[in-house]
Amino acid sequence: MLGPITDPLAYAFFQRALAASVMVGLVCAVVGCYMILRGYAFMGDALSHAAFPGVVVAYLLRGPFYVGAAVASVATALAIGWVARRGGLRGDTVIGVLFAGMFALGIFLFSLIPNYVGDLFGFLFGEVLGIGPGDLVALLLLAVAVLSVIAVLWKELLYSTFDPLGAAASGLPVERLDYLFLAIIAVAIVVSLQAVGIILVVAMLVTPAATAQLLTRSFGRLLAISALIGVVAPVAGLYISYWTNSASGATIVLVETAIFLVAVAAGRNGATRRPAALQSSEVAQPAR
Amino acid sequence: MSNGDMNAGEAVGVRGVWAGYDGRPALEDVTLDLKRGALVAIFGPNGGGKTTLLKLIANLIQPWRGEVSVLGAPAGEEARRVAYVPQAELVDWSFPVSVWDVAMMGRYPALGVLRRPVAADREAVGAALEQVGMASQRNAQIGALSGGQRRRAFLARAIAADPELYLLDEPVTGVDLTTQEDLMELLTNETNRGRTVIATTHDLAAAAEHFSTVVGLNHRVIAVGRSELVLDPDVLSRTYGGHMLVLQDRAVILDDAHHHDTESGGEHHYHEEGAKRR
Repeated sequence: MLGPITDPLAYAFFQRALAASVMVGLVCAVVGCYMILRGYAFMGDALSHAAFPGVVVAYLLRGPFYVGAAVASVATALAIGWVARRGGLRGDTVIGVLFAGMFALGIFLFSLIPNYVGDLFGFLFGEVLGIGPGDLVALLLLAVAVLSVIAVLWKELLYSTFDPLGAAASGLPVERLDYLFLAIIAVAIVVSLQAVGIILVVAMLVTPAATAQLLTRSFGRLLAISALIGVVAPVAGLYISYWTNSASGATIVLVETAIFLVAVAAGRNGATRRPAALQSSEVAQPAR
Repeated sequence: MSNGDMNAGEAVGVRGVWAGYDGRPALEDVTLDLKRGALVAIFGPNGGGKTTLLKLIANLIQPWRGEVSVLGAPAGEEARRVAYVPQAELVDWSFPVSVWDVAMMGRYPALGVLRRPVAADREAVGAALEQVGMASQRNAQIGALSGGQRRRAFLARAIAADPELYLLDEPVTGVDLTTQEDLMELLTNETNRGRTVIATTHDLAAAAEHFSTVVGLNHRVIAVGRSELVLDPDVLSRTYGGHMLVLQDRAVILDDAHHHDTESGGEHHYHEEGAKRR
Protein backbone atom coordinates (compact mmCIF):
# COMPACT_ATOMS: atom_id res chain seq x y z
CA MET A 1 0.00 0.00 0.00
CA LEU A 2 2.87 2.33 0.79
CA GLY A 3 4.56 1.28 -2.41
CA PRO A 4 4.28 4.65 -4.18
CA ILE A 5 5.96 6.28 -1.15
CA THR A 6 8.60 3.70 -0.34
CA ASP A 7 9.49 2.40 -3.80
CA PRO A 8 11.42 5.47 -5.01
CA LEU A 9 13.39 5.54 -1.75
CA ALA A 10 15.15 2.38 -2.92
CA TYR A 11 17.02 4.49 -5.45
CA ALA A 12 20.10 6.37 -4.21
CA PHE A 13 19.52 9.14 -6.78
CA PHE A 14 16.04 9.72 -5.34
CA GLN A 15 17.37 9.82 -1.77
CA ARG A 16 20.00 12.37 -2.78
CA ALA A 17 17.45 14.43 -4.68
CA LEU A 18 15.17 14.40 -1.64
CA ALA A 19 17.97 15.51 0.71
CA ALA A 20 19.18 18.18 -1.72
CA SER A 21 15.78 19.67 -2.45
CA VAL A 22 14.81 19.79 1.23
CA MET A 23 18.04 21.65 2.03
CA VAL A 24 17.49 24.04 -0.87
CA GLY A 25 13.87 24.57 0.14
CA LEU A 26 14.79 25.33 3.74
CA VAL A 27 17.66 27.72 2.95
CA CYS A 28 15.63 29.59 0.34
CA ALA A 29 12.57 29.85 2.58
CA VAL A 30 14.57 31.40 5.44
CA VAL A 31 16.54 33.81 3.23
CA GLY A 32 13.30 34.63 1.40
CA CYS A 33 11.66 35.98 4.57
CA TYR A 34 14.25 38.74 4.85
CA MET A 35 14.16 39.24 1.07
CA ILE A 36 10.47 39.99 0.78
CA LEU A 37 10.56 42.28 3.81
CA ARG A 38 13.36 44.24 2.15
CA GLY A 39 11.50 44.37 -1.15
CA TYR A 40 14.26 42.31 -2.78
CA ALA A 41 12.13 39.83 -4.77
CA PHE A 42 13.24 41.36 -8.07
CA MET A 43 16.82 41.43 -6.83
CA GLY A 44 16.63 37.66 -6.24
CA ASP A 45 15.44 37.11 -9.79
CA ALA A 46 18.25 39.29 -11.09
CA LEU A 47 21.02 37.57 -9.12
CA SER A 48 19.91 34.11 -10.24
CA HIS A 49 19.94 35.11 -13.90
CA ALA A 50 23.25 36.86 -13.37
CA ALA A 51 24.75 33.55 -12.22
CA PHE A 52 24.34 32.14 -15.73
CA PRO A 53 27.51 33.56 -17.37
CA GLY A 54 29.46 32.36 -14.33
CA VAL A 55 28.11 28.84 -14.80
CA VAL A 56 29.02 28.90 -18.49
CA VAL A 57 32.56 30.16 -17.85
CA ALA A 58 33.04 27.47 -15.18
CA TYR A 59 31.83 24.89 -17.70
CA LEU A 60 34.24 26.16 -20.36
CA LEU A 61 37.14 26.11 -17.89
CA ARG A 62 36.06 22.71 -16.51
CA GLY A 63 35.86 24.27 -13.02
CA PRO A 64 33.17 23.77 -10.37
CA PHE A 65 29.95 25.46 -11.53
CA TYR A 66 29.08 26.84 -8.08
CA VAL A 67 32.28 28.88 -7.89
CA GLY A 68 31.48 30.50 -11.25
CA ALA A 69 27.86 31.09 -10.25
CA ALA A 70 28.83 32.60 -6.91
CA VAL A 71 31.42 34.93 -8.43
CA ALA A 72 29.01 36.17 -11.12
CA SER A 73 26.12 36.65 -8.66
CA VAL A 74 28.13 38.44 -6.01
CA ALA A 75 29.84 40.64 -8.61
CA THR A 76 26.44 41.60 -10.02
CA ALA A 77 25.05 42.35 -6.56
CA LEU A 78 27.97 44.66 -5.83
CA ALA A 79 27.73 46.23 -9.30
CA ILE A 80 24.03 46.99 -8.81
CA GLY A 81 24.77 48.91 -5.62
CA TRP A 82 27.73 50.69 -7.16
CA VAL A 83 26.01 51.70 -10.41
CA ALA A 84 22.88 52.89 -8.58
CA ARG A 85 24.96 55.09 -6.30
CA ARG A 86 27.25 56.41 -9.02
CA GLY A 87 24.58 57.02 -11.66
CA GLY A 88 21.90 58.26 -9.28
CA LEU A 89 19.46 55.76 -10.79
CA ARG A 90 16.76 53.86 -8.94
CA GLY A 91 17.80 50.43 -7.72
CA ASP A 92 15.16 48.54 -9.72
CA THR A 93 16.20 50.31 -12.94
CA VAL A 94 19.81 49.24 -12.51
CA ILE A 95 18.71 45.72 -11.57
CA GLY A 96 16.67 45.51 -14.79
CA VAL A 97 19.62 46.58 -16.93
CA LEU A 98 22.30 44.40 -15.35
CA PHE A 99 20.06 41.36 -14.93
CA ALA A 100 19.21 41.18 -18.63
CA GLY A 101 22.76 42.08 -19.62
CA MET A 102 24.31 39.31 -17.54
CA PHE A 103 21.80 36.73 -18.74
CA ALA A 104 22.48 37.76 -22.34
CA LEU A 105 26.21 37.38 -21.69
CA GLY A 106 25.55 33.86 -20.43
CA ILE A 107 23.55 32.92 -23.52
CA PHE A 108 26.15 34.55 -25.77
CA LEU A 109 28.98 32.53 -24.21
CA PHE A 110 26.89 29.38 -24.27
CA SER A 111 26.08 29.78 -27.95
CA LEU A 112 29.82 29.71 -28.67
CA ILE A 113 30.01 26.14 -27.33
CA PRO A 114 29.25 23.53 -30.02
CA ASN A 115 26.39 21.09 -29.21
CA TYR A 116 25.16 22.94 -26.17
CA VAL A 117 21.41 22.39 -26.29
CA GLY A 118 21.00 19.57 -23.78
CA ASP A 119 23.16 21.15 -21.10
CA LEU A 120 21.45 24.51 -21.46
CA PHE A 121 18.18 22.95 -20.37
CA GLY A 122 19.85 21.55 -17.25
CA PHE A 123 21.38 24.87 -16.24
CA LEU A 124 18.17 26.78 -16.76
CA PHE A 125 15.69 24.37 -15.20
CA GLY A 126 17.74 22.21 -12.84
CA GLU A 127 18.42 18.49 -12.59
CA VAL A 128 17.94 17.54 -8.98
CA LEU A 129 17.79 13.85 -9.88
CA GLY A 130 21.33 14.13 -11.24
CA ILE A 131 22.90 15.38 -8.01
CA GLY A 132 25.94 13.30 -7.03
CA PRO A 133 27.26 12.48 -3.55
CA GLY A 134 29.99 15.14 -3.87
CA ASP A 135 27.46 17.81 -4.86
CA LEU A 136 25.38 16.86 -1.86
CA VAL A 137 28.28 17.48 0.53
CA ALA A 138 29.03 20.87 -1.06
CA LEU A 139 25.35 21.73 -0.83
CA LEU A 140 25.19 20.75 2.82
CA LEU A 141 28.23 22.89 3.70
CA LEU A 142 26.83 25.95 1.90
CA ALA A 143 23.39 25.47 3.45
CA VAL A 144 24.89 25.23 6.94
CA ALA A 145 26.99 28.34 6.23
CA VAL A 146 23.98 30.43 5.15
CA LEU A 147 21.76 29.29 8.02
CA SER A 148 24.57 29.88 10.56
CA VAL A 149 25.13 33.44 9.39
CA ILE A 150 21.42 34.16 9.67
CA ALA A 151 21.23 32.44 13.08
CA VAL A 152 24.03 34.70 14.34
CA LEU A 153 22.83 37.95 12.76
CA TRP A 154 19.04 37.49 12.78
CA LYS A 155 18.35 40.42 15.05
CA GLU A 156 20.76 42.82 13.34
CA LEU A 157 19.30 41.82 9.95
CA LEU A 158 15.78 42.29 11.30
CA TYR A 159 16.45 45.75 12.75
CA SER A 160 18.31 47.00 9.68
CA THR A 161 15.57 45.66 7.41
CA PHE A 162 12.76 47.19 9.43
CA ASP A 163 14.28 50.62 10.12
CA PRO A 164 17.66 51.15 8.44
CA LEU A 165 17.87 54.77 9.64
CA GLY A 166 17.18 53.96 13.29
CA ALA A 167 19.54 50.98 13.16
CA ALA A 168 22.37 52.95 11.54
CA ALA A 169 21.96 55.90 13.91
CA SER A 170 22.34 53.59 16.92
CA GLY A 171 25.56 52.11 15.54
CA LEU A 172 24.62 49.01 13.55
CA PRO A 173 26.75 48.65 10.38
CA VAL A 174 23.69 48.81 8.11
CA GLU A 175 25.58 49.16 4.85
CA ARG A 176 27.82 46.18 5.58
CA LEU A 177 24.80 44.13 6.64
CA ASP A 178 23.19 45.05 3.34
CA TYR A 179 26.16 43.78 1.32
CA LEU A 180 26.36 40.68 3.51
CA PHE A 181 22.71 39.98 2.85
CA LEU A 182 23.24 40.30 -0.90
CA ALA A 183 26.05 37.76 -0.57
CA ILE A 184 23.70 35.47 1.38
CA ILE A 185 21.14 35.69 -1.45
CA ALA A 186 23.88 34.89 -3.96
CA VAL A 187 24.96 31.80 -2.01
CA ALA A 188 21.33 30.66 -1.59
CA ILE A 189 20.94 30.93 -5.36
CA VAL A 190 24.10 28.93 -5.98
CA VAL A 191 22.84 26.27 -3.57
CA SER A 192 19.58 26.07 -5.54
CA LEU A 193 20.89 26.09 -9.11
CA GLN A 194 21.27 22.33 -9.53
CA ALA A 195 17.93 21.58 -7.93
CA VAL A 196 15.62 24.06 -9.65
CA GLY A 197 17.77 25.96 -12.14
CA ILE A 198 18.30 29.63 -12.84
CA ILE A 199 14.80 30.54 -13.98
CA LEU A 200 12.89 29.06 -11.05
CA VAL A 201 15.16 29.93 -8.11
CA VAL A 202 13.26 33.11 -7.41
CA ALA A 203 10.12 31.07 -6.70
CA MET A 204 11.95 28.98 -4.09
CA LEU A 205 13.11 32.21 -2.43
CA VAL A 206 9.96 34.28 -2.58
CA THR A 207 6.94 31.95 -2.65
CA PRO A 208 7.20 30.26 0.80
CA ALA A 209 7.84 33.60 2.52
CA ALA A 210 5.03 35.30 0.59
CA THR A 211 2.67 32.48 1.57
CA ALA A 212 3.68 32.83 5.21
CA GLN A 213 3.11 36.57 5.06
CA LEU A 214 -0.49 35.92 4.08
CA LEU A 215 -0.98 33.82 7.18
CA THR A 216 0.76 35.67 10.02
CA ARG A 217 1.75 39.09 11.31
CA SER A 218 4.55 37.83 13.56
CA PHE A 219 8.15 37.58 12.38
CA GLY A 220 8.86 34.37 14.32
CA ARG A 221 5.85 32.61 12.80
CA LEU A 222 6.72 34.02 9.37
CA LEU A 223 10.08 32.24 9.55
CA ALA A 224 8.51 29.03 10.91
CA ILE A 225 5.71 28.79 8.34
CA SER A 226 8.03 29.69 5.47
CA ALA A 227 10.58 27.08 6.58
CA LEU A 228 7.86 24.45 6.92
CA ILE A 229 6.66 25.10 3.36
CA GLY A 230 10.27 25.14 2.21
CA VAL A 231 10.77 21.62 3.58
CA VAL A 232 7.40 20.05 2.74
CA ALA A 233 6.92 21.35 -0.80
CA PRO A 234 10.13 19.79 -2.24
CA VAL A 235 9.22 16.39 -0.78
CA ALA A 236 5.71 16.52 -2.25
CA GLY A 237 7.01 17.96 -5.51
CA LEU A 238 9.68 15.31 -5.91
CA TYR A 239 7.20 12.45 -5.37
CA ILE A 240 4.72 13.96 -7.83
CA SER A 241 7.55 14.38 -10.29
CA TYR A 242 8.52 10.72 -9.80
CA TRP A 243 4.96 9.44 -10.19
CA THR A 244 4.10 11.58 -13.20
CA ASN A 245 7.57 11.59 -14.73
CA SER A 246 7.50 15.41 -14.85
CA ALA A 247 10.37 17.92 -14.50
CA SER A 248 11.35 17.91 -10.82
CA GLY A 249 12.29 21.58 -10.34
CA ALA A 250 9.14 22.82 -12.00
CA THR A 251 6.97 20.40 -10.01
CA ILE A 252 8.46 21.58 -6.71
CA VAL A 253 7.79 25.19 -7.68
CA LEU A 254 4.24 24.31 -8.73
CA VAL A 255 3.57 22.73 -5.33
CA GLU A 256 4.79 25.91 -3.62
CA THR A 257 2.66 28.03 -5.94
CA ALA A 258 -0.39 25.86 -5.20
CA ILE A 259 0.13 26.29 -1.44
CA PHE A 260 0.41 30.03 -2.03
CA LEU A 261 -2.87 30.12 -3.96
CA VAL A 262 -4.64 28.12 -1.24
CA ALA A 263 -3.35 30.62 1.32
CA VAL A 264 -4.59 33.53 -0.80
CA ALA A 265 -8.03 31.95 -1.07
CA ALA A 266 -8.31 30.76 2.54
CA GLY A 267 -6.16 33.39 4.27
CA ARG A 268 -7.53 35.91 6.71
CA ASN A 269 -8.02 38.57 4.10
CA GLY A 270 -9.37 41.12 6.53
CA ALA A 271 -6.51 40.66 8.95
CA THR A 272 -3.90 41.12 6.27
CA ARG A 273 -5.51 43.89 4.28
CA ARG A 274 -7.05 46.16 6.80
CA PRO A 275 -3.90 47.50 8.48
CA ALA A 276 -2.40 48.48 5.14
CA ALA A 277 -5.50 50.40 4.10
CA LEU A 278 -5.77 52.00 7.52
CA GLN A 279 -2.20 53.11 7.43
CA SER A 280 -2.18 54.80 4.05
CA SER A 281 -5.19 56.93 4.94
CA GLU A 282 -3.64 57.87 8.27
CA VAL A 283 -0.25 58.76 6.93
CA ALA A 284 -1.69 60.84 4.13
CA GLN A 285 -3.63 62.89 6.64
CA PRO A 286 -2.25 66.37 7.26
CA ALA A 287 -1.07 66.86 10.82
CA ARG A 288 -3.33 69.65 11.89
CA MET B 1 22.71 59.60 37.14
CA SER B 2 21.61 63.17 37.82
CA ASN B 3 24.98 64.44 38.96
CA GLY B 4 26.14 67.89 37.92
CA ASP B 5 28.53 66.56 35.30
CA MET B 6 25.79 65.16 33.16
CA ASN B 7 24.24 68.56 32.74
CA ALA B 8 27.49 70.29 31.99
CA GLY B 9 28.94 70.41 28.53
CA GLU B 10 27.77 70.19 25.01
CA ALA B 11 25.45 67.56 23.56
CA VAL B 12 25.80 68.58 19.94
CA GLY B 13 28.18 70.95 18.19
CA VAL B 14 27.70 71.81 14.53
CA ARG B 15 30.40 74.03 13.01
CA GLY B 16 30.29 75.62 9.57
CA VAL B 17 28.33 72.73 8.08
CA TRP B 18 27.17 72.53 4.48
CA ALA B 19 25.12 69.49 3.49
CA GLY B 20 22.48 68.43 0.99
CA TYR B 21 21.39 65.95 -1.64
CA ASP B 22 22.29 65.62 -5.32
CA GLY B 23 24.37 68.79 -5.28
CA ARG B 24 21.54 70.90 -3.87
CA PRO B 25 22.40 72.33 -0.47
CA ALA B 26 19.85 71.84 2.31
CA LEU B 27 22.07 73.41 4.94
CA GLU B 28 24.35 76.36 4.30
CA ASP B 29 27.06 77.25 6.79
CA VAL B 30 25.15 76.04 9.84
CA THR B 31 26.74 76.54 13.23
CA LEU B 32 24.90 75.45 16.34
CA ASP B 33 25.70 74.47 19.93
CA LEU B 34 23.18 72.53 21.96
CA LYS B 35 23.75 71.92 25.66
CA ARG B 36 23.20 68.64 27.46
CA GLY B 37 19.82 68.43 29.14
CA ALA B 38 18.19 70.70 26.58
CA LEU B 39 14.77 69.96 25.08
CA VAL B 40 15.22 71.35 21.59
CA ALA B 41 12.66 71.91 18.82
CA ILE B 42 13.92 72.56 15.31
CA PHE B 43 11.25 74.38 13.28
CA GLY B 44 11.15 75.87 9.82
CA PRO B 45 9.57 75.51 6.38
CA ASN B 46 9.40 72.44 4.17
CA GLY B 47 12.76 71.67 2.64
CA GLY B 48 14.39 74.06 5.12
CA GLY B 49 16.83 71.37 6.25
CA LYS B 50 15.30 70.15 9.53
CA THR B 51 15.56 66.45 8.74
CA THR B 52 18.97 66.96 7.12
CA LEU B 53 20.27 68.52 10.32
CA LEU B 54 18.89 65.64 12.38
CA LYS B 55 20.47 63.09 10.03
CA LEU B 56 23.84 64.84 10.25
CA ILE B 57 23.73 64.60 14.02
CA ALA B 58 22.72 60.92 13.72
CA ASN B 59 25.64 60.36 11.31
CA LEU B 60 23.22 59.10 8.65
CA ILE B 61 24.65 61.56 6.12
CA GLN B 62 28.03 63.24 5.92
CA PRO B 63 28.54 67.01 5.70
CA TRP B 64 30.06 68.43 2.52
CA ARG B 65 32.01 70.81 4.67
CA GLY B 66 32.33 71.56 8.37
CA GLU B 67 32.23 69.37 11.48
CA VAL B 68 29.60 67.74 13.64
CA SER B 69 30.37 66.57 17.17
CA VAL B 70 27.96 64.54 19.25
CA LEU B 71 28.35 63.82 22.98
CA GLY B 72 31.92 65.08 22.86
CA ALA B 73 33.09 62.96 19.92
CA PRO B 74 32.83 63.14 16.12
CA ALA B 75 29.31 62.19 14.95
CA GLY B 76 28.84 58.42 14.82
CA GLU B 77 31.45 57.48 17.42
CA GLU B 78 28.98 57.53 20.29
CA ALA B 79 26.18 55.99 18.21
CA ARG B 80 25.12 53.53 20.90
CA ARG B 81 24.25 56.45 23.18
CA VAL B 82 22.02 57.95 20.47
CA ALA B 83 18.43 56.93 19.66
CA TYR B 84 16.94 58.10 16.37
CA VAL B 85 13.26 57.85 15.50
CA PRO B 86 12.47 58.49 11.81
CA GLN B 87 9.34 60.11 10.41
CA ALA B 88 6.32 57.84 10.53
CA GLU B 89 6.09 57.64 6.74
CA LEU B 90 9.55 56.09 6.46
CA VAL B 91 8.33 53.01 8.29
CA ASP B 92 6.77 50.00 6.55
CA TRP B 93 3.79 49.52 8.86
CA SER B 94 2.84 46.20 7.31
CA PHE B 95 6.12 44.72 8.59
CA PRO B 96 5.40 41.62 10.70
CA VAL B 97 6.64 42.86 14.07
CA SER B 98 4.78 43.56 17.29
CA VAL B 99 5.04 46.57 19.60
CA TRP B 100 7.22 44.42 21.88
CA ASP B 101 9.54 43.49 18.96
CA VAL B 102 9.97 47.14 17.99
CA ALA B 103 10.82 48.21 21.54
CA MET B 104 13.25 45.28 21.88
CA MET B 105 15.13 46.50 18.79
CA GLY B 106 16.29 49.40 20.96
CA ARG B 107 18.31 46.86 22.95
CA TYR B 108 19.97 45.16 19.95
CA PRO B 109 22.92 47.52 19.33
CA ALA B 110 24.14 47.31 22.92
CA LEU B 111 23.59 43.53 23.02
CA GLY B 112 26.02 42.92 20.20
CA VAL B 113 26.00 40.17 17.63
CA LEU B 114 26.16 36.94 19.59
CA ARG B 115 24.08 37.78 22.66
CA ARG B 116 20.34 37.18 22.77
CA PRO B 117 18.02 39.34 24.84
CA VAL B 118 18.11 38.32 28.53
CA ALA B 119 15.92 39.11 31.54
CA ALA B 120 17.44 42.59 31.96
CA ASP B 121 16.54 43.46 28.36
CA ARG B 122 12.98 42.19 28.79
CA GLU B 123 12.70 44.26 31.97
CA ALA B 124 13.92 47.40 30.19
CA VAL B 125 11.50 46.85 27.31
CA GLY B 126 8.60 46.17 29.68
CA ALA B 127 9.41 49.35 31.63
CA ALA B 128 9.68 51.41 28.44
CA LEU B 129 6.30 50.15 27.20
CA GLU B 130 4.84 50.93 30.61
CA GLN B 131 6.21 54.48 30.42
CA VAL B 132 4.68 55.18 27.03
CA GLY B 133 1.39 53.55 28.01
CA MET B 134 1.64 50.66 25.54
CA ALA B 135 2.10 47.74 27.94
CA SER B 136 -1.37 46.37 27.20
CA GLN B 137 -0.75 46.56 23.43
CA ARG B 138 2.60 44.79 23.50
CA ASN B 139 1.52 41.91 21.26
CA ALA B 140 -0.23 44.05 18.65
CA GLN B 141 1.23 44.16 15.14
CA ILE B 142 2.39 47.73 14.51
CA GLY B 143 0.15 48.21 11.48
CA ALA B 144 -2.93 47.64 13.64
CA LEU B 145 -2.11 50.67 15.81
CA SER B 146 -3.36 54.24 15.57
CA GLY B 147 -0.95 57.02 14.60
CA GLY B 148 -0.46 58.04 18.24
CA GLN B 149 0.14 54.46 19.36
CA ARG B 150 2.75 54.00 16.63
CA ARG B 151 4.64 57.06 17.89
CA ARG B 152 4.43 55.69 21.42
CA ALA B 153 5.85 52.33 20.29
CA PHE B 154 8.80 54.00 18.57
CA LEU B 155 9.46 56.22 21.58
CA ALA B 156 9.47 53.03 23.69
CA ARG B 157 12.20 51.69 21.42
CA ALA B 158 14.24 54.84 22.01
CA ILE B 159 13.67 54.74 25.79
CA ALA B 160 14.59 51.03 25.93
CA ALA B 161 17.98 51.90 24.41
CA ASP B 162 18.64 54.16 27.43
CA PRO B 163 20.28 56.85 25.26
CA GLU B 164 22.03 60.09 26.22
CA LEU B 165 20.63 61.81 23.13
CA TYR B 166 17.20 61.45 21.53
CA LEU B 167 16.84 62.51 17.89
CA LEU B 168 13.17 62.55 16.92
CA ASP B 169 11.92 63.44 13.44
CA GLU B 170 8.42 64.93 13.73
CA PRO B 171 7.51 63.07 16.95
CA VAL B 172 4.24 64.91 17.49
CA THR B 173 3.12 65.26 13.87
CA GLY B 174 -0.22 63.63 13.21
CA VAL B 175 -0.84 62.40 16.75
CA ASP B 176 -3.79 63.12 19.00
CA LEU B 177 -3.53 65.76 21.71
CA THR B 178 -3.39 63.25 24.59
CA THR B 179 -0.48 61.44 22.98
CA GLN B 180 1.25 64.73 22.33
CA GLU B 181 0.92 65.75 25.99
CA ASP B 182 2.08 62.31 27.20
CA LEU B 183 5.09 62.20 24.89
CA MET B 184 6.18 65.72 25.78
CA GLU B 185 5.90 64.96 29.49
CA LEU B 186 8.08 61.89 29.01
CA LEU B 187 10.68 63.83 27.05
CA THR B 188 10.68 66.61 29.63
CA ASN B 189 11.37 64.00 32.32
CA GLU B 190 14.23 62.61 30.27
CA THR B 191 15.83 66.05 29.95
CA ASN B 192 15.38 66.58 33.69
CA ARG B 193 17.57 63.48 34.12
CA GLY B 194 20.28 65.11 32.02
CA ARG B 195 19.35 63.49 28.71
CA THR B 196 19.17 65.68 25.63
CA VAL B 197 16.22 65.68 23.23
CA ILE B 198 16.31 67.19 19.74
CA ALA B 199 13.08 67.05 17.75
CA THR B 200 11.97 68.55 14.46
CA THR B 201 8.47 69.93 14.39
CA HIS B 202 5.92 71.72 12.27
CA ASP B 203 3.88 72.48 15.31
CA LEU B 204 4.77 75.97 16.50
CA ALA B 205 2.26 75.83 19.34
CA ALA B 206 3.88 72.66 20.67
CA ALA B 207 7.34 74.18 20.21
CA ALA B 208 6.38 77.26 22.21
CA GLU B 209 4.62 75.34 24.94
CA HIS B 210 6.79 72.31 25.57
CA PHE B 211 10.38 72.88 24.45
CA SER B 212 13.10 74.73 26.35
CA THR B 213 15.10 75.74 23.28
CA VAL B 214 13.97 76.37 19.71
CA VAL B 215 16.00 76.59 16.53
CA GLY B 216 14.50 78.37 13.51
CA LEU B 217 16.02 76.78 10.41
CA ASN B 218 15.68 77.76 6.76
CA HIS B 219 18.88 76.48 5.13
CA ARG B 220 20.64 78.66 7.69
CA VAL B 221 20.06 79.04 11.39
CA ILE B 222 17.67 81.99 11.61
CA ALA B 223 17.34 82.08 15.36
CA VAL B 224 18.26 80.04 18.43
CA GLY B 225 16.90 80.67 21.87
CA ARG B 226 14.13 80.23 24.37
CA SER B 227 10.82 78.87 23.16
CA GLU B 228 9.11 82.29 23.07
CA LEU B 229 11.12 82.97 19.90
CA VAL B 230 8.62 81.00 17.82
CA LEU B 231 6.02 83.63 18.69
CA ASP B 232 8.20 86.50 17.49
CA PRO B 233 6.78 87.76 14.17
CA ASP B 234 10.21 88.90 13.01
CA VAL B 235 11.75 85.47 13.59
CA LEU B 236 8.77 83.80 11.95
CA SER B 237 8.90 85.92 8.83
CA ARG B 238 12.64 85.40 8.45
CA THR B 239 12.31 81.63 9.03
CA TYR B 240 9.34 81.00 6.78
CA GLY B 241 10.02 83.75 4.23
CA GLY B 242 7.66 83.35 1.29
CA HIS B 243 5.82 80.57 3.06
CA MET B 244 4.20 83.06 5.40
CA LEU B 245 1.43 85.54 4.99
CA VAL B 246 0.59 88.30 7.43
CA LEU B 247 -3.16 88.94 7.57
CA GLN B 248 -4.39 91.65 9.92
CA ASP B 249 -1.44 91.18 12.30
CA ARG B 250 -1.84 87.41 12.28
CA ALA B 251 0.84 85.27 10.77
CA VAL B 252 -0.46 82.46 8.59
CA ILE B 253 2.08 79.82 7.66
CA LEU B 254 1.49 78.30 4.26
CA ASP B 255 3.19 75.04 4.95
CA ASP B 256 1.59 71.67 5.07
CA ALA B 257 2.82 68.96 7.37
CA HIS B 258 3.83 66.88 4.44
CA HIS B 259 7.07 68.45 3.86
CA HIS B 260 8.95 67.49 0.72
CA ASP B 261 8.68 67.37 -3.02
CA THR B 262 10.93 64.40 -3.56
CA GLU B 263 12.20 61.62 -1.42
CA SER B 264 15.74 62.27 -0.34
CA GLY B 265 18.50 59.85 -1.29
CA GLY B 266 17.73 56.19 -0.75
CA GLU B 267 14.44 56.75 1.03
CA HIS B 268 11.22 54.97 0.36
CA HIS B 269 8.07 56.57 1.66
CA TYR B 270 5.12 54.42 2.53
CA HIS B 271 2.16 56.75 1.99
CA GLU B 272 0.44 54.63 -0.59
CA GLU B 273 1.50 51.36 0.91
CA GLY B 274 -1.86 49.70 0.51
CA ALA B 275 -2.27 50.86 -3.06
CA LYS B 276 1.24 50.09 -4.22
CA ARG B 277 1.77 46.68 -2.71
CA ARG B 278 -1.49 44.84 -2.80
